Amino acid sequence: VIDAVLFYAFAVLALGSALVVVGQRNPLYSAFALIVTLCSLSAIFGLLGSPFIAVLQVVVYAGAIMVLFLFVLMLLNVKQEEAAAPRGAALKGMALLLVAILVAQVGTVLSRGGREAAASFDASTRKVAQALFSVQYLYVFEATSILILAALVGAVALAKPSDAGRGQAKPGVASASSADEVAATPARGADRVAAIPLPPVGRGQGWGAR
Amino acid sequence: MTPVQQELLIAALKVIVLFGFLMTLFSAMTYVERRLLAFMQFRLGPNRTGPFGILQPVADGIKLFFKEEVMPEGANRWIFLAAPAVAVVTAFLSIAVVPYGGPVRLFGRTISLQIADLDIGVLFILAISSLSVYAIVMAGWGANNKYTLIGGLRSSAQMFSYELSLGLSWVGVILLAGSFRLQDIVGAQAGDYGLVHWNFIWQFPAFLVYVVAATAEVNRTPFDLPEAETELVAGFHTEYSSMRFALLQMAEYVNMMTVSALGTNLFLGGWLAPLPSLQHVGGVDIGLAWFLIKMLSALFFFIWLRGTLPRFRYDQLMSFGWKVLVPIAVLNIVVTGGVVVALTRPGPARSPERRMNPEALSDPVSAKPTVRLAVAAGPGAQG
Repeated sequence: VIDAVLFYAFAVLALGSALVVVGQRNPLYSAFALIVTLCSLSAIFGLLGSPFIAVLQVVVYAGAIMVLFLFVLMLLNVKQEEAAAPRGAALKGMALLLVAILVAQVGTVLSRGGREAAASFDASTRKVAQALFSVQYLYVFEATSILILAALVGAVALAKPSDAGRGQAKPGVASASSADEVAATPARGADRVAAIPLPPVGRGQGWGAR
Repeated sequence: MTPVQQELLIAALKVIVLFGFLMTLFSAMTYVERRLLAFMQFRLGPNRTGPFGILQPVADGIKLFFKEEVMPEGANRWIFLAAPAVAVVTAFLSIAVVPYGGPVRLFGRTISLQIADLDIGVLFILAISSLSVYAIVMAGWGANNKYTLIGGLRSSAQMFSYELSLGLSWVGVILLAGSFRLQDIVGAQAGDYGLVHWNFIWQFPAFLVYVVAATAEVNRTPFDLPEAETELVAGFHTEYSSMRFALLQMAEYVNMMTVSALGTNLFLGGWLAPLPSLQHVGGVDIGLAWFLIKMLSALFFFIWLRGTLPRFRYDQLMSFGWKVLVPIAVLNIVVTGGVVVALTRPGPARSPERRMNPEALSDPVSAKPTVRLAVAAGPGAQG
């Protein structure tokens, strides 16, 4: 009974926050709603008896990818551009088409007695690992890792500043952050002194006179 | 009472006891940290409230409750208010799966000294700690202040980078134990010679990486860049006051306790005694006491570090994390993996099931298809 209650609670939460992701104009709120969606999906995976996939969902999507999204949104301060999205008829048609495809797919799965398959579904950590590293999928798995590694190296190569005078490039997102910009601005001693005009304190004034 | 009700009651009691313990430890630590730091710096520290100032945490608590709560102008209300809540929830979630002792028989029942005994305990902690970044990002961005924003960005980039080495430093331990369960990981460190079997000897590089990465992960000196006072006022929690500030502080201390307890379990033998003969005193298992001694020593180590080391520079922090810690951790995994494979020599007769814990196999639903799949994939997978 508890499982069913939890399942419906998280399902409602996932659907509701997914709607917020689409409907919300402020991209930052959309990103936060997407995090909620991913976390409730992870909870549903956990309820279905595959804690490993549940944890991966959080580690990879909610914990890593969404942080990058938030970084970009916060650094670029996308708030100003929120209303400027073009909404052409072609886009609407495309969206409707995709929705129709999705509904057809879900309908097919549900009508073909998906309940039976779900009851005997087993995705424990060991089973996932053994499937992943079996002969069938090992090469695909390794190829995917190499692809991701290549993308990683490519991203670093693209983001690395070309001029040699700017010191060593820092890996990670922070290299483009505002903290770096602050660090890159040289603090000139003369400017700082000039910026704070100090009133001349003569004899007989101030605290020393008493 | 039905068995289900009994289970719920036990779980609730465990939550209450652990929560009370953590809160007490938190307030005690704020006092002990200030006194110890003062001692290291030839100062006195707080010594006015009560004998030796031990009522200082109470006074602080009362003060924080009655302070005015300030909402900065232009702050994003919901995000600003939600950030401390997220911080506290993630902090307590991750400490809920850390065990404090082996199973105990009490009133004719076997009770494990942890709130949730997850098969994937270690991974769960990694997942939750990756979520705790959001609290800092939200606090930094929501307050509409450039110091908090920079502090939040620094902090999340730092946690992001060091989380990688933190996770990688666990892998060697997990390989040795053959399980993600913290109970099994501690169990794998038991042996006739006590201390010699603990992971901090056999996984020494991983232990070093863990200590450094954990310090960075909880934003403690020398990695407390997010709240570098000289540059950033107070970092991401500059604009917080009153109880919300206290909640952020509490999350930080609970995170410290989590990494201390986790490090105790992973590397310092958990509740095992340094010599097997010291495990029982008068026929009573004093594993919990050993665990607390180790965990409190780890917490003292954090304070000691704060009193000793200066702060890192930001670019040094980043390059140290990525160019030193990650390579060491990866190298450690490769060597450990090689040794494990060489020593166990898995052939068709000795499938991984033999090294796995019996509990994982006792579940018939998950065990059966697994075995079948292993047989089906047999020769090719071993090759």
